[in-house]
Amino acid sequence: MIDFAHKPILELRNVHKAFGAKQVLRGVDLSVAPGQSLVIIGGSGTGKSVTIKSALGLMTPERGEILFDGKLVSDARQLEALRRRTGMLFQGGALFDSLTVWENVAFALLYRDHISRAEAKKRAIENLAKVRLPASAADLRPAELSGGMQKRVALARAIIAQPDLIFFDEPTTGLDPITADAVNNLIVEQVKALGAAAVSITHDMASVRKIADEVALLHEGRIIWRGPVSALDASGSPHIDQFVNGRAEGPIQPAI
Amino acid sequence: MTASSQTTASGSASPAEDNFILRPFRLIGRTVLAGFREIGRIATFSSRVVLACVTPAIYLREVLRQCLKVGYFSLPVVGLTAVFIGAALALNIYTGGSRFNAEQFVPNIVVLGITRELGPVLAGLMLAGRVSAGIAAEIGAMRVTEQIDALLTLSAKPERYLYAPRVIAGILTLPLLVLVADIIGVLGGYLVAVSALEFNGSLYLRNTWNFVTSSDIWSGLIKAAVFGGIIALMGCYQGDRSKGGAGGVGRAATLAVVGAAVLILASNYILTAIFVRIGL
Repeated sequence: MIDFAHKPILELRNVHKAFGAKQVLRGVDLSVAPGQSLVIIGGSGTGKSVTIKSALGLMTPERGEILFDGKLVSDARQLEALRRRTGMLFQGGALFDSLTVWENVAFALLYRDHISRAEAKKRAIENLAKVRLPASAADLRPAELSGGMQKRVALARAIIAQPDLIFFDEPTTGLDPITADAVNNLIVEQVKALGAAAVSITHDMASVRKIADEVALLHEGRIIWRGPVSALDASGSPHIDQFVNGRAEGPIQPAI
Repeated sequence: MTASSQTTASGSASPAEDNFILRPFRLIGRTVLAGFREIGRIATFSSRVVLACVTPAIYLREVLRQCLKVGYFSLPVVGLTAVFIGAALALNIYTGGSRFNAEQFVPNIVVLGITRELGPVLAGLMLAGRVSAGIAAEIGAMRVTEQIDALLTLSAKPERYLYAPRVIAGILTLPLLVLVADIIGVLGGYLVAVSALEFNGSLYLRNTWNFVTSSDIWSGLIKAAVFGGIIALMGCYQGDRSKGGAGGVGRAATLAVVGAAVLILASNYILTAIFVRIGL
């Protein structure tokens, strides 16, 4: 159940971002409350990844405000505070090739919190178990894992520091439907267990229906529709209708 | 009267003529500005990395890992380079020296050339190819696969976790490699001198030992430390700036090698000039 009584943990206000002459974000307004799972959908190249990278300070918007836990994120100290309470699952996993699986999972504990390697490994194995990976995977390298296993390791890394906000960038891209569903289940389970807010971006409508409490459609650099996942099929929005039904014809132009 | 002839009559060039005349100057201006921008970017990047090298926290495990990669695994290539250069140097000095009846100076000039110049420069250039390209490719791949973004989200600064350990490893290990190269280079000269040029072995070694001074060795080692820093910095800088997939990573590796090689040769001259002036 969505807890609307909470104030938003993350707010984006009128965020603009351009790359050269190409204006990608034209005033994005978003908010997500603790315990809420928001999924941003939209065509390829509409700026979904740019939106969450701007929220995480990986890209700097030209205009607009980002607030975390009610405070404006305007300097390095506040950005660091945001990142300490945030997890991120990248599209390709972004696991560090040179480290073992457990070192990847426990990276924040080892290099940020400076806890002992023995304790970090113990907690990494506990978190691997949460994403249904055996302890025997701990000493493998990321290159020795399948795509689905890499996503699980990336999920374990995103949740190990018990964040209040987790970003998921296309968590099921490149996975078969069964593995994708397993990853979706893990995301829902772990986000609920942590009581964290989640912001996901995906094209995968099965994933949307599984992990979203609310859905927002990003089109031409703005959020043009937002509503509960249950309203997707009767949104009254031609954009949502086209996207949900996967039609080339409609107000959203294909990216080819 | 046309618009064009009106402007010409009034003394100012038409837009077409204006473009034709000014185009080369614009090109020069753009190139110069791009050069200054690049220098500014390298300086900013380097200052951030150097600051991370001299302030805590320093990740010792990463430094050791990089020392192994940069130093230990470069030993074969540096050793081979040194032995062949020492041998060729002995032959050349013997040929040149025989024109002045100065063949007996082979051991002196071999050890001077190896310790002061060829050891550090050639080891630096070999490592520019092996290490700088490797660092650029590794960091470039991390950049395009979002691993560097992942580092940032995990509150780890790339300059502290990735770049500083590589630069520290370069500064620490290249002098050690050059020390090995000095010994192997002298040995290469010795082998050729004894086997092909009919030098007495013990006399050759005694001449070498009596001639070489600590300042010869120190000047080469100081150069090596500077070159080690340059090699790692250029690899990190180009890797950090890479974009556009596999092609971008390849371009970063190429630029790192070229940049490191040019900077090694330029800084070698500057350091040599300084050493000559201060009498080192």
